[in-house]
Amino acid sequence: MIHVSLTHYLVVSAFLFSFGLYGVVTRKNAVMVLMGIELILNSANINFVAFSKFGNYGLNGQIMALFVIILAAAEAAIALAIVLNIYKTFAHVDVDKINNLKE
Amino acid sequence: MSLYDVIFYLFALVTLVSAFMVVTTKNIVHAAFYLLFTFFGVAGIYALLGADFIAVVQLMVYVGGILVLILFGVMLTNKITNVQIRSGSTNLVAAAVVIGIFAGALLTMMLNTRWLVNPGKTLITTIPQIGSLLVKQYVLIFELLGILLLIALVGAASIARKEEREK
Repeated sequence: MIHVSLTHYLVVSAFLFSFGLYGVVTRKNAVMVLMGIELILNSANINFVAFSKFGNYGLNGQIMALFVIILAAAEAAIALAIVLNIYKTFAHVDVDKINNLKE
Repeated sequence: MSLYDVIFYLFALVTLVSAFMVVTTKNIVHAAFYLLFTFFGVAGIYALLGADFIAVVQLMVYVGGILVLILFGVMLTNKITNVQIRSGSTNLVAAAVVIGIFAGALLTMMLNTRWLVNPGKTLITTIPQIGSLLVKQYVLIFELLGILLLIALVGAASIARKEEREK
């Protein structure tokens, strides 16, 4: 059995990214699309932290992961405000059927 | 197989299985709770990578903040009393094929690249170094992110509030 190395973390992150992309592409509900985006951001973060450990680049990768988490929080707040507005206007949040900006 | 490996496979399994459930389950509330386990698994992976502070921030911001926001979004955008909280899916086969090919390419690239692996010494705790980097090298980004969070908060409140009818 081989020991856990950088590649193991990269493989986990690749699968997480693919699942996130699958969620973004296939889901109809806007909130579910948001969940897919969170998965994608998490997979990018795993890569940052893994390279930070195995590449001997100091803690710069971890700082980037921290910034990504902060941006994800801001993104989630704004996106949910937009989703609430969509719901107020159309009475549903089905992104397949929303094709105009004004009611 | 050392204990470290066992714990890694455990966290990887939790993360990937619950991430798969997030994107395949029909019930949105169930998806949100599977997302909780994904975030826990990712936090465990951070901890295994020696990033203790990132792991704690992951738990506090993602589990404590973003997940609660998403649950609010689910609750506020579905009529819970009369409609079942479900999300339809579209283009399942095409998406699965294309993303399968994409994931295969990604995995091939990651498995065949000879990464430059040069692990430095593992720090007992990363918090002092992260703190000093944040106020020295990355101070501008740090301050800008503070402003960005303020703008995002004000913007979100302004977008989501009720419009006042003009009389």
